[in-house]
Amino acid sequence: MSQTTYGWLVLAFPLAGTLTIAFARHHLPGRSAGWIGTGAIFLAFLAALGALLEMQSHAPEHRQMVSSLWNYASTVGVDAQMSILVDPLSVFMILVVSGVSTLIHLYSITYMNEDEGFKRYFAYLNFFVFSMLVLVLAGNFLLLIVGWAFVGAASYLLISFWYRRTTATRAGIKAFVINVIGDVGLVLGTYFIFKHTGTLDFLRAFHATTAGAFGHGSNDGDLVAGCMLLLVGAFAKSAQIPLHTWLPDAMEGPTPVSALIHAATMVTAGVYLIARMHPLFELAPAAEDVGAIGGAATLLIAGSIALVQTDIKRVIAYSTMSQIGYMIMGVSVGAYAAGLFHLMTHAFFKALLFMGAGSIIGAMAGEQSLEKMGGFRKVMPFTYGCFIVGGLALSGLPPFSGFFSKDEILLVTGERGGWHWALYVAGYIGAFLTAIYTFRMIFRAFHGEPVPEAVELKTGTLHHAHEPTNPATGEVEDTDVGFPGPFHTIAERAQPMRVAMSILALGAFGAGLVQIPKVDFVIDDFLAPSFVGSRLYQTHERSGLLIFGIVLGTVLGLAGIAVAYRVWVQRPGTATVVRERLRPLYELLVNKWYFDELNDALVVRPAAAVGRFAMGTFERVFVDETLIGGTTGLVRAGSAAVRAVQSGFVRYYAALLVLGLACVGFYFLLQT
Amino acid sequence: MSIAWYLAVSAIVFSLGAIGVITRRNPLVVLLCLELMLNGGNLALIAFSRMWGNGDGQILAIVVMTVAACEVCIGLGMIVALYRRHLPIDVDELRELQG
Amino acid sequence: MSQVIFFIAAIGVISGAVGVVMLRNPFYAVLALVAHLLSLAVLFLLLRAEFVAAIQVVIYAGAVMVLYVFVVAYVGDQTQPLGERIGAPGAVGSRLRLGGLLLAGALVVELLIALLGTGLQAIDGKGAGYTPGPQAFGTPAYIGKLLLTRFLLAFEVASFLLLIAAVGGVVLARRRHGLDEQEEEDLLVPMDLLRPGSAGTMAEGVGRR
Repeated sequence: MSQTTYGWLVLAFPLAGTLTIAFARHHLPGRSAGWIGTGAIFLAFLAALGALLEMQSHAPEHRQMVSSLWNYASTVGVDAQMSILVDPLSVFMILVVSGVSTLIHLYSITYMNEDEGFKRYFAYLNFFVFSMLVLVLAGNFLLLIVGWAFVGAASYLLISFWYRRTTATRAGIKAFVINVIGDVGLVLGTYFIFKHTGTLDFLRAFHATTAGAFGHGSNDGDLVAGCMLLLVGAFAKSAQIPLHTWLPDAMEGPTPVSALIHAATMVTAGVYLIARMHPLFELAPAAEDVGAIGGAATLLIAGSIALVQTDIKRVIAYSTMSQIGYMIMGVSVGAYAAGLFHLMTHAFFKALLFMGAGSIIGAMAGEQSLEKMGGFRKVMPFTYGCFIVGGLALSGLPPFSGFFSKDEILLVTGERGGWHWALYVAGYIGAFLTAIYTFRMIFRAFHGEPVPEAVELKTGTLHHAHEPTNPATGEVEDTDVGFPGPFHTIAERAQPMRVAMSILALGAFGAGLVQIPKVDFVIDDFLAPSFVGSRLYQTHERSGLLIFGIVLGTVLGLAGIAVAYRVWVQRPGTATVVRERLRPLYELLVNKWYFDELNDALVVRPAAAVGRFAMGTFERVFVDETLIGGTTGLVRAGSAAVRAVQSGFVRYYAALLVLGLACVGFYFLLQT
Repeated sequence: MSIAWYLAVSAIVFSLGAIGVITRRNPLVVLLCLELMLNGGNLALIAFSRMWGNGDGQILAIVVMTVAACEVCIGLGMIVALYRRHLPIDVDELRELQG
Repeated sequence: MSQVIFFIAAIGVISGAVGVVMLRNPFYAVLALVAHLLSLAVLFLLLRAEFVAAIQVVIYAGAVMVLYVFVVAYVGDQTQPLGERIGAPGAVGSRLRLGGLLLAGALVVELLIALLGTGLQAIDGKGAGYTPGPQAFGTPAYIGKLLLTRFLLAFEVASFLLLIAAVGGVVLARRRHGLDEQEEEDLLVPMDLLRPGSAGTMAEGVGRR
């Protein structure tokens, strides 16, 4: 089969999974919905492997293939087709997406085992994977936008999965609204691209652009505008400053959802977008620079906020934001392969961390606050091991995968020279912060005095909450559908969870060896056919910066772990003291740099005011009274005047008839 | 007599009928005056038929008479119905269809 | 000779018409109309419309006027004063009478001008030539042939109209509630079977039945 057939199969399996679970939900016994969903994604993964093998059997120039199923419309110069592009970049992405998704589905089977909405969950999850695959496999802007929107919708559905929790529904709405802002940016950006290239198809648009559709200089106004709008879309989806406020709130969703959507796949869509649109971005360096600065800013700000978060999932969420900042920075400065490589390794270790977080939250019977956790090291060794592996990978220590990918990004950034040195420095500061907050989380949760839940677990019973409560607000919930319910499980007791986490741990550990900077070029070479014509694509030269970078990265990682160890393990009171000393800074960080308040003041309140004005003044006075009242008044007056003729007296009517007759006769008399 | 005389008579009868319809208050008499107007028309039709020499006018006059008979039937039926319900038999009093 | 008969008949027609309009007692008005109709039949004869004249007498004066007489007898004597109350409300009253008279006067003047002032030569003549015979102009055979050939549709439609009028007359004047009280039977119409139990009829919605 050709690689595009595999591509269509990759799309077909999750879609079939969704539809099956959705429509046959009353006939699916027990937990089979979960296995069907997992099986569908696994089949998609196999199809992706098939596409990979098939593609590699061609010569590099022939590895980009477009397949179009049908035309939606080919009129007025718009070529709207349903076409997918199967090339190394998209195959890379579908492998990562389907692979990690399979493992998360597997994890979810036991994690969501007793949830009343089990089937709904798997239908939504399959739909999400389908949408993400559509986004990644899209061969033209049309399908990209479709996939983008679907992914946003799936994210909304899954964040507010426990729909009777107001915190969850509000978080879902917040995520969706910010995503829609990104959608608007994406569509407008597409318009700008389409205006000059005249085509929606990727390959044709890129070819037209490099051939001079936007003029032959760089930084053409329309192109920069288009790329900036695409960046708006990318930033919204990937939760970069300033459109990032939805991601921490999105932790209201079930933990596997956080693992899949908000760590491994959806938030990486922005990275994919910039990498895919590289011909456009390379001709608009202004947009590239904005992207790089945005990424760098995000990685520092998110890293700093993660230092003071107490909810374990939010620490990991800000960590995701920060790491995506690395990726965005990477693809914006031209380190495409490095950025995507980091995407892959990040998917592994971040999903692993989230899975571990799910496990420990289960041990705490739904409680997510780090302040209430401690001392789980001895009673949950497997989870602890996974956290350590994931944490080391995240902190960027050799030989774990995060080290290689992160250092490669920073290496290429440094090699670009010029003002990119600032980004280089920012990247390493971020690495230092990463190590600190990651191990802060691990030490607080697993070291120290065992909390009552840990003691209970030691005796063999899993702690159950007296009554289920919302971890954020503390309000009591019942156990009916729409709430998580009282059931929790930990990895040590659930085989599927352990299997999934182990595979991810292996990936987090070993995936880095695939591309050792300047030694192996597996990823570089693999992705090269997608980046033909790029003037920034990495060359295979060496420079002295490599050794410096490797050493610095390791040193900073270890230093961070040491700091964390000292503050939170050796001298437990240090954190409180530092907090008191740096009170203003602490306030800033705890309030997430006041971005929520900024959004509220800049956007929410004016919009609400406009709405109130529209309803109160405009609607009431202008529309109701003037337009509607005036029109009806006119009609009423007119009809009242006409009604007066209908007096009810028959003789009066007869007289009118004769009058009419006389007039007509008179007229005809005059005629002759 | 030339046809003109008959036509003059027809016009006078028609106008007399019109006056009666407008002036009288008893619905029975209004219907009678309506008959007058119809008869005036019939006379004109017959006169013109004689003038042209074909029978079209006469046929039409027969049809007019038929229609008049039907209309009388319905009109008188209404008056009987009014009387049954003890409503005033006065065209001016029956004006619910105003407004 | 025919002129004399014409004038006598014309005077009969017009005075009958005036009588209908002016007589207060409706019974007398009906009688005046009968006289008018008979005179009109004579005029028809003068115009060689024998069949129509016969129809006029038999049907119009015979059947229709008899119907009128019955209804007048039933409804009763509703003699009204000739003069209307001054100051009657609305468009009735002396204003309407005056206006009506003026309008009708205008009408007759116009009609006379139109008819007589056209200068149509044919009006001044006595009409087309007349050849007597079994199917001459105006004979029943002549009318019958026309009715069944050229005017068949009109003939049929007119008879249909008569049927409708007959049905309508019966419906209008029938008794609603009979001599003995009818019970409200729960007649099951086929629609009732098809209607869901929670729905009702419009009558029920209005509050009756």
